[in-house]
Amino acid sequence: MTDATMNSKPGTEIRRPTLTGERLKKRYAAERRFRLYGLGSILTAGLILVFLVGSITGTGYTAFLQTYIKLNISFDPEFLDPAGTGDVAQLASADYGGMVKKNLRDNFPEVTSRRDKRKLYNFVSPNAGFDLRTMVIDDPSLVGQSLDLWIKASDDIDMLTKGYVDRTLEESNRRVSDTELVWYDKLDSNDRIESRFNTDFFVKADSREPEEAGILGAVTGSLLTLVITLLLSFPIGVMAAIYLEEFAPKNKWTDLIEVNINNLAAVPSIVFGLLGLAMFLNFFGFPRSAPLVGGMVLALMTLPTIIIASRSALKAVPPSIREAALGLGASPLQVVTHHVLPLAMPGILTGTIIGMAQALGETAPLLMIGMIAFIVDVPGGFTDPATVLPVQIYLWADSPERAFVERTSAAIMVLLAFLIFMNILAVMLRKKFERRW
Amino acid sequence: MNSFFLILVVIGLSVAGYAVGRARSVFAAAGDVRILHSLPSYYGMFVALGCGLPAILLLAIWLIIQPQIVDHMVMSGLDPSIMPQNADAYSLMLTDIRNLSSGNATSREASPAIVAATERYLALQSIGFWSMVVGVVCIAMLGLAWARSQISRNFRARNAVEKIIRALLIVCSMIAILTTVGIVLSLIFESIRFFARVPFFDFLFGIHWSPQTAIRAEQVGASGSFGAVPLFAGTMLITLIAMLVAGPIGLLSAIYMAEYANPKFRGIAKPMLEVLAGIPTVVYGFFAALTVAPMIRGWGEGVGLDVSSESALAAGLVMGIMIIPFVSSLSDDVINSVPQSLRDGSYGLGATKSETIRHVIIPAALPGIVGAFLLAVSRAIGETMIVVMAAGLASNLTANPFEAVTTVTVQIVTLLVGDQEFDSAKTLAAFALGLVLFFVTLGLNVVALRVVRKYREKYD
Repeated sequence: MTDATMNSKPGTEIRRPTLTGERLKKRYAAERRFRLYGLGSILTAGLILVFLVGSITGTGYTAFLQTYIKLNISFDPEFLDPAGTGDVAQLASADYGGMVKKNLRDNFPEVTSRRDKRKLYNFVSPNAGFDLRTMVIDDPSLVGQSLDLWIKASDDIDMLTKGYVDRTLEESNRRVSDTELVWYDKLDSNDRIESRFNTDFFVKADSREPEEAGILGAVTGSLLTLVITLLLSFPIGVMAAIYLEEFAPKNKWTDLIEVNINNLAAVPSIVFGLLGLAMFLNFFGFPRSAPLVGGMVLALMTLPTIIIASRSALKAVPPSIREAALGLGASPLQVVTHHVLPLAMPGILTGTIIGMAQALGETAPLLMIGMIAFIVDVPGGFTDPATVLPVQIYLWADSPERAFVERTSAAIMVLLAFLIFMNILAVMLRKKFERRW
Repeated sequence: MNSFFLILVVIGLSVAGYAVGRARSVFAAAGDVRILHSLPSYYGMFVALGCGLPAILLLAIWLIIQPQIVDHMVMSGLDPSIMPQNADAYSLMLTDIRNLSSGNATSREASPAIVAATERYLALQSIGFWSMVVGVVCIAMLGLAWARSQISRNFRARNAVEKIIRALLIVCSMIAILTTVGIVLSLIFESIRFFARVPFFDFLFGIHWSPQTAIRAEQVGASGSFGAVPLFAGTMLITLIAMLVAGPIGLLSAIYMAEYANPKFRGIAKPMLEVLAGIPTVVYGFFAALTVAPMIRGWGEGVGLDVSSESALAAGLVMGIMIIPFVSSLSDDVINSVPQSLRDGSYGLGATKSETIRHVIIPAALPGIVGAFLLAVSRAIGETMIVVMAAGLASNLTANPFEAVTTVTVQIVTLLVGDQEFDSAKTLAAFALGLVLFFVTLGLNVVALRVVRKYREKYD
C-alpha cells in the first residue's frame, strides 16, 4: 500500500539528515583519521621492535670479534725452567705473567719509567699468561724458542680497536692515555693488531675481565635448569590436563582447580621466586644457586601454561574418536592413551615449547634463589652453583666496563637466537601437524 | 653416588619389574595369553608401578625430612656451654656448621666444638644417605616381589593399573592448588614474623622507607623504617605511565587488526606483536637502562628539564611497550566476539566504520576491554626486571615522572639478593611486600577474569 500521506502535525518539524557534501566529507575525514590512528599504532609497535633489536645488534655485534696483538714472545728458560729439568710440574707452576711482562718490555725497549711500564702491561689481557702456559705444557719444546705470537689484547685496547674510544676527548676523560695511543698506532702501522672471531665468548664462563668472559657457563646453567623444568612440568602438566579435560567430574572441586590454574598463570614471576626461597631453600634445605631448585621454581611457573595449552589441544580432538574407541571396547584410559593423547600431542608439544621459551627468558624468580652468584666454572651437575643466560645478562648489564656493554648485547643476541629457534620450532610443529577436524 | 643415581637405580628396577611381571603373566597363562584377564603388558606395568612408586615416594619424603632431623640432632648434641640462646644465634651456628661441612668459609673462626659438630654433621649425613639407599632399594624390591606375587591368571591387572594411573592424574592436577597454598603459606608465615617486629599499619601507611638495619644496636638509625607508601606510589606511577603507552597503542592496534586489516596484514602484524611479548624482560630492562633512559635524559636537557638518569618515565615507557601485546591480543579477542549483527545493524543505519566502532563495538566490548586493561595493570605491577634495571632504588614519594622512584618488586629483589641472614626484618620485609603484591595482582586477576567471563556469556 502506498500511504504517502505524512501524519505530521502542523507545527512539529521533522529532523531531516543534512546530506550535504560538507558533512559527509567531515565524516569520511574522521573515518580516515581513525583508520590512520590504528595503522599508526601498529606501525609504532613495529618500529619500536625494530629499534630495540637494531640497537641491541648495533652494540652487540662487535663482541663477536676480539682484538689480538702480535708480539715477539721468547719462551725464556730463565722464567720457565731455570734448572733445565724439563719437568712438566715445573713448567706448569712457572711465572708466565712475569714472562709476558718481560716480553712486552723487550718489544717496547723505549719504555723505561715505572708508570709507562704499568700502562704497557695493561695492553694485553691479564690472562695472556695462562694461554701461554697451556701452549708450553702442550709442547714443552717451545722453551728457549722465540716466536711471533698473537696475544689477546686487554679490554681497553679492544675497545680502542672497535672505535669506542673517542680520541678527541681530553686525555683524562679517556680510558686510553696518549702514550698508549702512540704505542697502539705504532703496532697498528706494523700490522701487529688484528681482530679475530671471538671463540672465547662461546667456550668460556664468566670472568671479571671482559675479554675473558664468555657465556658457556650461563648457557650450560640454562640448559640444566630447563632440563629439570621440562622433566617436571611436562608430565605433571599433561597429566593434570588429561584429568581435568577427560576424567574430572563437573563439581566445585574441579572448578576450584581451574580457577587456581588461571590465577597462577597471572601471578607475578617474582612471587614464585619468593616461594622457592621460603619453601625449597629455607624449609626443605635444598642447595642455593642450583639448577635443580631453579628448574623446580620455573616448572611451577610454566605449569599453568602447559596445562592450559594441553587442555585446549585435548579439547580439539573430536568426541567421535573417543566414542569410536569406546565402542570397540577400549577402557577410558586406553581411549586417552591410545587415541586422544597421540592426536593432541602436536598441540601439547607446541604449548610446552612456548612454556619452555618463557622459562628460558625468566630472570626474577632465579634471582630470589641465589642463581645470581659470580660463577667462573661451567656447572657440571644439577646441584652445582650455576647461573642462567638472562641472569648473566643482568649481571653484565650492571658491570661498569665499556667492554661488558657489547658483551651484554651479544649475550642478548644469543638468548634471542635461542628463543627464535624455539618459537620457529613451535610454529613448524603446529603447521606440520595441525589438523582441522 | 648421589640421589640422582639412586633415582636411576629405582627406574632400572622398575624396568626390570616390567619384564618380570610380563614374563610371570605369560608363565601363569602357560603361554596362551588369551586366557589372561589383561594384556601381558598390563601385568608388567603393574609390577613396575608396584616397584617404582613406593620407592620414589619414600625417596622424596626422605630427602625432605632428613636435613631437618640431622640439623636437630647436631644442634641438640652440642655442648650445653655453647648452646645458642636465641633463634638468630641458632641459625647462624647452623649455617656455620653447614658451610664448614661443605668446605666453605665461615662467619668466624671455627672453635673445636664447632669442628666436632661439623664432623658429627657429616657423619650423620652419610649415615642418613646410606640408610636411605638401603631403605629405598629394599622398598623397591619388596614392592616388586609383592606385585609379582599378586599375578595370577585371573588377576585384573588392567583395572589395577588404571586405578593407580587415575590416582596419579588427580595428584598432578592438585599440584596447582598445592602451589597456591605453598605461595600463600610461605608469604603469610614470613609476613607474620615481619609484622611481629614492624607494626602492620606502620608498614602499610608509613611514608618513609629505608630498610637498612644497623648491625649494632647503638648505631645511628639502628632501626630501619618500613613505610611502604613510597613503594606503592612508585609502582603506581610507573604502572600509570606504562598504561598510558600500552592502553591507546594496544587498543587501537587491536581495533585496526580486528576491523580494518586484511588477512595478509593481520598475518604479519599479529606475529610481530607476539614477538614483542616473547622478548625476555631482562632484554627490555637492558634496553631501558642503556638506550631509553639516556635518550630521555638528553631530550630533557634539550628543553631544560632536570631528568634523573633512572627516571620513572624510562622504566614506564619500556614497560608500556612490553605490555602492548597483552592489551592488544586480549582486546582483539573481545572485539572479535562482538556479534556481527551489531555491526550490520549500525552499517544499515548508515554509520561509517569508525562510527560503528566508536558507538557500537567499543561500548559493547567495554567490559572485556576493561578486563584486558586490568590484566595488563596486574602484569605491570608484578613486572620486575625492567624496573630493577631502569627505575633505581631511591624511595621518593613523588608524582614527577622525571625523578627516580622505586617499586615493590625492585625492593623485593634488593632486599633478597646477596647474602642475608634470613631472620632480619630486612629480609622479612620482602615477604610482606610479596604478600601485598600477590594479593593485589590476585584481586585484579579475579576481577578481570570474572568481567571477561561474564561478558562472554552474554554473547555466547
